[in-house]
Amino acid sequence: MMRLRLERRPVPPRANRWGGYGVAVVAAFCMGGVVFLLAGANPFAAYAAMANGVFGSLDDLAEVVVKAIPLVLCGLAVAVAAKIRLWNVGGEGQLVLGGIGASAVALFLAPRLPASGVLPLMLVAAFLTGGLWALLAGLLKAKLAVNEILTTLMLNYVAILWLEHLYFGPWRDPMGMGFPGTAMFPDAARLPRLLGTRIHFGIVLGLTAAVLLLAALSRTRWGYEMRVIGESPKAAQYAGMPINRTILWAMFLSGGLAGLAGMGEASGIHYRLQQGLAVGYGYTGIIVAALARLHPGGIVLAALFIAGILVGGEQLQTVMHLPASVGLVLEATLLFFVLGSDYFSQYRICRRTPTP
Amino acid sequence: MAATALRLTGITKRFPGVLACDSIDLTIDPGTVHALLGENGAGKTTLMNVLSGRYRPDAGEISVAGRLVQFRSPKDALRSGIGMVHQHLMLVGTHTVAENVALGLDAPRVLLRRRRLDDEVRSLAERYGLPVDPHARIDELSLGQQQRVEILKLLHRNADVLILDEPTAVLTPAEVDGLFATLRRLVREGRSVVFITHKLEEVMEIADRITVLRRGRVVADLTPAQVDSRRELARLMVGREVVLGVEREPVPLGDPVLELRNCAGEDARGHCAFRRISFAVRHGEVLSIVGVAGNGQTELVSAITGGSRFSSGQALLFGKPLGRGGRAAAEAVGYIPEDRTGTGSAPGLDLTDNLLLTTYRRFCRWGWLQRKAAGRLTEDALARFRVAAPGPQALARQLSGGNLQKLILARELSKDPRLIVAEHPTHGLDIGATVEVWDELLRQRSRAGILLMSGDLAEVFALSDRIAVIFRGEIMGTFSAADPDAVAEIGPMMAGVLQE
Repeated sequence: MMRLRLERRPVPPRANRWGGYGVAVVAAFCMGGVVFLLAGANPFAAYAAMANGVFGSLDDLAEVVVKAIPLVLCGLAVAVAAKIRLWNVGGEGQLVLGGIGASAVALFLAPRLPASGVLPLMLVAAFLTGGLWALLAGLLKAKLAVNEILTTLMLNYVAILWLEHLYFGPWRDPMGMGFPGTAMFPDAARLPRLLGTRIHFGIVLGLTAAVLLLAALSRTRWGYEMRVIGESPKAAQYAGMPINRTILWAMFLSGGLAGLAGMGEASGIHYRLQQGLAVGYGYTGIIVAALARLHPGGIVLAALFIAGILVGGEQLQTVMHLPASVGLVLEATLLFFVLGSDYFSQYRICRRTPTP
Repeated sequence: MAATALRLTGITKRFPGVLACDSIDLTIDPGTVHALLGENGAGKTTLMNVLSGRYRPDAGEISVAGRLVQFRSPKDALRSGIGMVHQHLMLVGTHTVAENVALGLDAPRVLLRRRRLDDEVRSLAERYGLPVDPHARIDELSLGQQQRVEILKLLHRNADVLILDEPTAVLTPAEVDGLFATLRRLVREGRSVVFITHKLEEVMEIADRITVLRRGRVVADLTPAQVDSRRELARLMVGREVVLGVEREPVPLGDPVLELRNCAGEDARGHCAFRRISFAVRHGEVLSIVGVAGNGQTELVSAITGGSRFSSGQALLFGKPLGRGGRAAAEAVGYIPEDRTGTGSAPGLDLTDNLLLTTYRRFCRWGWLQRKAAGRLTEDALARFRVAAPGPQALARQLSGGNLQKLILARELSKDPRLIVAEHPTHGLDIGATVEVWDELLRQRSRAGILLMSGDLAEVFALSDRIAVIFRGEIMGTFSAADPDAVAEIGPMMAGVLQE
């Protein structure tokens, strides 16, 4: 009798990895085609509409970059924590807190500050508020071994309720004719836009963060400790590494990065705190990080890719009259296939005949 | 009840770099308690995991009542009447006793017939003297009670062969008596019990037949009547052949590098693990602490290397109180841990990262890691210690046990340690790697004092200047390795026998 079994590959082969990636993406798009058929649309027309939505004009392309900015930062946030085997699914809440922190500076401190000091201070505030929000979950994890997946997830709801409370209540613009949102930020608190498009300075923050993180993880003592703790906590303990302290730093940094994404949205797009700050970038960041296998450079590419699907997906709604959820299904299919290919880059199927 | 004669022939099981079972033959007769005796890593548990269907052997066959069988899973083995109680019990903590017994039963596909199950559990428990309440939740029970549930599970599935992996390790003396009474009842019914242990007194008390394993091979197969003394069993278990090709030239002794005065310490559960420990390791000598596993050695090493604390007593490292010498003192201790794959190395990281594990602080400048310098050092270490590896980029997981141990040794020696603590440094290694590790440790005597923890007397006599015997957390005696009577006395002392 011949049986199939899975066997771990001693070393994940590099060529397989990239090949597997390509196969996974193609398979996901085929599967997406089936979804389009089920939704009653011609898959070729649907993909054409998506492509047109992404590449149709310079403004469309710029829109992809605009959406990729928060995704890069949220993806990096997930990756920092995941390197140490912590699952921060609270990017959404940390993004919101970062937005609140930045807005507090923009609304209340900006008039008293020199114009050139406003944006740097907003940056610091956004990083701190996002980071501290995540640190709540980190402290619970380090001191009491509370599962961080639950705490970070639940803190999302708390953060969003705070956000709503602020723009519906105490921070609502008195001149806003009842519009649920704060007053518009002064000019000094707005991130500059680039190339005459909606692309804002947040892109520089995202790319800088990716480069710094890449260097930190592979070249610094802190990154080394992260890798060892993530790989083998017992070996880390044997080496005398400060495990709890590293957990706290990783969570703080993770939340801080998501917080920067919140600042980018508030002070680069909306110019105020309003509904629409929490639209799911924090969650999509998890997909971005997973697609990129936590590699900072890969996260930039994956963020652009997912942003493309988001922007293209909008076309499905307006041109093809498909439900918006079809775009989400496409996202999920991609994740499914890429993670599947990841599994097969580490394991292989063998035929095995039992010894007689 | 069908009496099952069980026969294992030529069982071989290999793990990366370790030959755990080397062509083992074993026959288990119905109606007997069969003791499987051996040091940690002798291959007892692996062999029984093969028999109970958890591992598949690389070679060899198993026959039940003359019929060849192949087990793909523990369930297959159980169908042939073979079941195992693992050292780490495998119960669902939030479920009741009866629910755990029902777990994995084939019969009730949909509905559990709870009342009938309760009755069955209760009557089995009474019949075999294993009192437990079928409705009790597992995590409310003591480890001894949980073990009874595991045995009930097997009896409920009508196992003829029960394999117990170090069952007495978690029991109080009274519970041990109860367990033994149950085992006697089981064998009277014609079932057989395989009893894995390294405790000699228990073997002599309960076993009908004794198989001794050492380094994956059967070294003796006897009945208690054939055993003249426990001393003989101890010797069989740890070996006594004097070893090939290690040259020991005396090295002049220096100051003590480690000194313990009346030290005591606790295990993870807060019980006293060792006490009244006093000794000194001097520069230039190898002091061995020998004992059967589980007599406080692990906890003692943990306290010395900073993994835990002494609960009382005075410990001096390089003449200063332990832990107060600062980073420099801590870094001048080379520590070769027992668990080389989980603790001593990070399997998924490359060799450079693994070489940095305990040395990375030296390769840091302003928080930046000098990976180039570390990579060069790794290449040198691989060459100097003749580690067979594709290069510094290889993953630690790819190395065999012997090569991984040489890498760990290279790393710890690169710290220029003045104290080396080595725990079972050649456990599971082949003879070539063993001799290389020994030679290197002996060379280090000119630069350091060495504390060796071992259960292997061949190793102890090959390396040591002095030998201390530990039993139940206390040092029973210290010998000079040159003492001609030492060999004869150490065996019984390890078994807790002072005079016989």
